[in-house]
Amino acid sequence: MSQDRPTTGTGDAPPGSETPRSSWPLYEVFVRGKRGLNHVHVGSLHAADEEMALHNARNLYTRRNEGVSIWVVRAEHITASSPDEKDSFFAPSADKVYRHPTFYSIPDDVPHM
Amino acid sequence: MTATLSDEQLQQHFDATIERDQRIEPRDWMPEGYRKTLVRQIAQHAHSEIIGMQPEGNWLTRAPSLRRKAILLAKVQDEAGHGLYLYSATETLGADRDDLTGKLVGGRQKYSSIFNYPTLNFADIGVIGWLVDGAAIVNQVPLCRCSYGPYARAMIRICKEESFHQRQGYELLMTMMRGTDEQREMVQDATDRWWWPSLMMFGPPDGDSPNTQQSMAWGIKRHTNDELRQKFVDMTVPQAEALGVSLPDSGLVWNPERGHYDFSEPDWSEFKQVIGGNGPCNAQRLERRRAAHEDGQWVRDAAAAHAAKENARKEGAAA
Repeated sequence: MSQDRPTTGTGDAPPGSETPRSSWPLYEVFVRGKRGLNHVHVGSLHAADEEMALHNARNLYTRRNEGVSIWVVRAEHITASSPDEKDSFFAPSADKVYRHPTFYSIPDDVPHM
Repeated sequence: MTATLSDEQLQQHFDATIERDQRIEPRDWMPEGYRKTLVRQIAQHAHSEIIGMQPEGNWLTRAPSLRRKAILLAKVQDEAGHGLYLYSATETLGADRDDLTGKLVGGRQKYSSIFNYPTLNFADIGVIGWLVDGAAIVNQVPLCRCSYGPYARAMIRICKEESFHQRQGYELLMTMMRGTDEQREMVQDATDRWWWPSLMMFGPPDGDSPNTQQSMAWGIKRHTNDELRQKFVDMTVPQAEALGVSLPDSGLVWNPERGHYDFSEPDWSEFKQVIGGNGPCNAQRLERRRAAHEDGQWVRDAAAAHAAKENARKEGAAA
């Protein structure tokens, strides 16, 4: 089960399921809720090609003004980090407390800090 | 770079995540039983949404006004959408959509027993929204906090839409209750027929529900069947009063000591019959689904052929 290298396939696909067996490939869908926001992953769907994936995504994920922009991407084209318990991929971010503003003590009477 | 974790360590990590009430995500290690339980439950839920289009679809062409027809179309489309959100969640667990469809039409996976009852008059459309979707909401709201991330997120999406379903149904019934005596009788008749099947939607009584405890330990289920059923009854009685219909249970009385309504036991032998394939519409529902799937094969094939052709053309142009 252990693997410490990135694997292809969506972050949401479990290991071993990178190649969809269904006749239409799996697409992951990302929706921008409104102008000024990032696209956010909302789910997946099957479609024969990119254009159909976009239309299906509109019908499935934005029936009630949930979005102003949609990205679709073949699930197998996503490269994802390994699951959290399998390696120390994110460890470097935990041991550098000096990267956070709270690491530095500044007297209370210094304004606007 | 990393040591291989033992199964025991993986299990501990999983247990700790559940203990902290955090979500399990698709690529996390999980016990095989957890994965299997989820695939079965989510697939069954997805199948219910898809089969659930049929009883209401039955009235699409006979809706009494354009307004009601547009509403009903939107609702049936939502049910399809709910099915697709849920199939999408099962795929994050390694399930294959075609395989699940095959299991549904082959009768190897179940769907909610409620959809094996017929919709006999237009008031049924209102009562389905009010009672069936009302019961679904009570079942589904706690699932928004399910320990499995993709299922919980699909449920949040679904619950937002269910509110429209319930309200359109109740409004439809209020309109009929303001109509003729005949219309009021239709509403009462539909209520009488759907009440008990709606109570059965919460599943067998707790003493007869062997998987509940494990599902609760895993954070998949948050309340027992009987707790949810009680909640639904307590919610629904005042709604029935406001509507002016009676609920077909002489044992339904307020119990001030418990602070809940007492109600009679549903007929669990009927429930077992319907689950076992002998409900009024089981064969019809499955046959309809199978035919729709088979009739759609040429469309799926044509779209795949078109996509392959377009790809080949693009590659040819690039070369």
